[in-house]
Amino acid sequence: MTETIVIAELSNNAVHPSTAELVSAAMKLGDSPTLIVPCTDASVANSAVGMGAASIIAAKAEAFANYDAQGWASAIDAVAPQGIIVTGSSPQSKDVAARLAARRSLSVVQDAVAVDGTTVTSPLYSGKAMQTVSINGHVVVSVRSNIFPAASGGAEGTSVVDTTGDVATSVQEFMARASERLDVAEANIIISGGRGMGSPENFTHLESIADTIGAAVGASRAAVDTWEDIPHTMQVGQTGKTVNPNLYIAVGISGAIQHLAGMRSSKYIVAINKDADAPIFQHADYGIVATWEEALPVLQSTLANMMA
Amino acid sequence: MPHILVLVKQVPDTNAKIVIGSDRVDLSAVKMVMSPYDEFAVETALRHKEASGGEVTALTVGGPAADKILKDAKAIGVDNIVRVDNAEPLDSNGLQTVLSHAVQALGAEVVYCGKSAADTGAGSTGPGLAERLGWASVSNIIGADFTSGVSVMAPSHGGQVKLSVPVPAVISCDKGNFKVRKPNVKGIMQAKRAKVDVHSFEAPAPSVVVVNHTLPPAKPAGKTYEGGVAAAEVAKLLREEANII
Repeated sequence: MTETIVIAELSNNAVHPSTAELVSAAMKLGDSPTLIVPCTDASVANSAVGMGAASIIAAKAEAFANYDAQGWASAIDAVAPQGIIVTGSSPQSKDVAARLAARRSLSVVQDAVAVDGTTVTSPLYSGKAMQTVSINGHVVVSVRSNIFPAASGGAEGTSVVDTTGDVATSVQEFMARASERLDVAEANIIISGGRGMGSPENFTHLESIADTIGAAVGASRAAVDTWEDIPHTMQVGQTGKTVNPNLYIAVGISGAIQHLAGMRSSKYIVAINKDADAPIFQHADYGIVATWEEALPVLQSTLANMMA
Repeated sequence: MPHILVLVKQVPDTNAKIVIGSDRVDLSAVKMVMSPYDEFAVETALRHKEASGGEVTALTVGGPAADKILKDAKAIGVDNIVRVDNAEPLDSNGLQTVLSHAVQALGAEVVYCGKSAADTGAGSTGPGLAERLGWASVSNIIGADFTSGVSVMAPSHGGQVKLSVPVPAVISCDKGNFKVRKPNVKGIMQAKRAKVDVHSFEAPAPSVVVVNHTLPPAKPAGKTYEGGVAAAEVAKLLREEANII
């Protein structure tokens, strides 16, 4: 079998639970993996215990204090053994995956949704088609979240290895997001509005539901192109963000091909649209043929009661 | 005077419906265009030149059919257009190797590219090329400023970060909060006459090979309800059937 290495996915100074999914994907590509946790404080790696890795290395470096692609790749490369490397598929993790692969003159396969020994499947055209490739020897594979089961058990302790990275860029200024709301790329639940919302002001109805259930607010390209107040950062679709949350609620979105490409892999899809023939309904687990004015207040109050 | 390079890729129009032939995507009836994020890379490269002088070269890898997007780039305002001739499928190692040879041969100081191509969506080329060249890289930028060196706006956990980028560097561009310029008549006439500079570089044997393409599995039909009051029922199903809420 081939040695495998998993690079932990991080969030708020802890190992993100999706890392356990990366471990189970790695087990399908080779041996029980070595999990590498990039950190400035080695105690962060303790949260990786129980995620199924054969061993856990806290890779400690100043370079991990801020994100710099070159700094992270060089510091991880110095610690990681040779083998198949598995990473998450957040924008930052894909960036590191590409850097690590290039550093070792390997190829990289991004956004894997299925793995079977020496084949890896990933979306093409944001999911309008799927591509299966065969891999020969060592490669780097980034893996989509919410697809593989979480591994458990494994190493009960961690070891600490000091490393250094060549940081290239320097931070001039950090600007916090104006709103506390989640970004669609990071959210497990997304509620998106389309041009059917009528005006950008009506997105407040989506926001209040989002606040109730801890969701991010997204938008279709039609909404982003029509209204200046709806920024491109909210856009879900082939020319926006590709998302695969547990739940995607599409409101007043007809389901243009390039929007579907960006969200069709969501685990559950709810569609609210007044047009019963809207293509979005063909992809919805639960479809509601109604105007948003009728449906959203009911959805809001029912969800609020459930969450209370 | 910096030589600014911008990487462009030809992809199927993002509004196109994708069909599968026997076991490969059939693009024979699909309009091919410059990958949408590459348009922001071209715009950023041109703004860089306007601030610092120098010249902009657009570069693609592919067969003669890819000349079309180079001419599109020329019509928008790049100075030179270069194609690395290649007909063989390349994995990321092969593509980045070829590109790093091209960058060294052409002698660029900054390379811009789209954050990902609209076909693979991978986003590996920018950071991978930078690593091979030993250069800095920043991915997914949404704006750039050239008043003092190169500084860029990039997404960061919980917000945005302004970074100063030492050159040489590879910078990949997301859709920014600005409009990209469109070709004018003069540009289109110039592009018609422009000559594509064709190069060729050796690529290593691929370690990743396409086995097949398939359509995504169709979803089983869902439940559809009439009228807004059904939202209460759907909310309950999200808890009881889907175990989400």
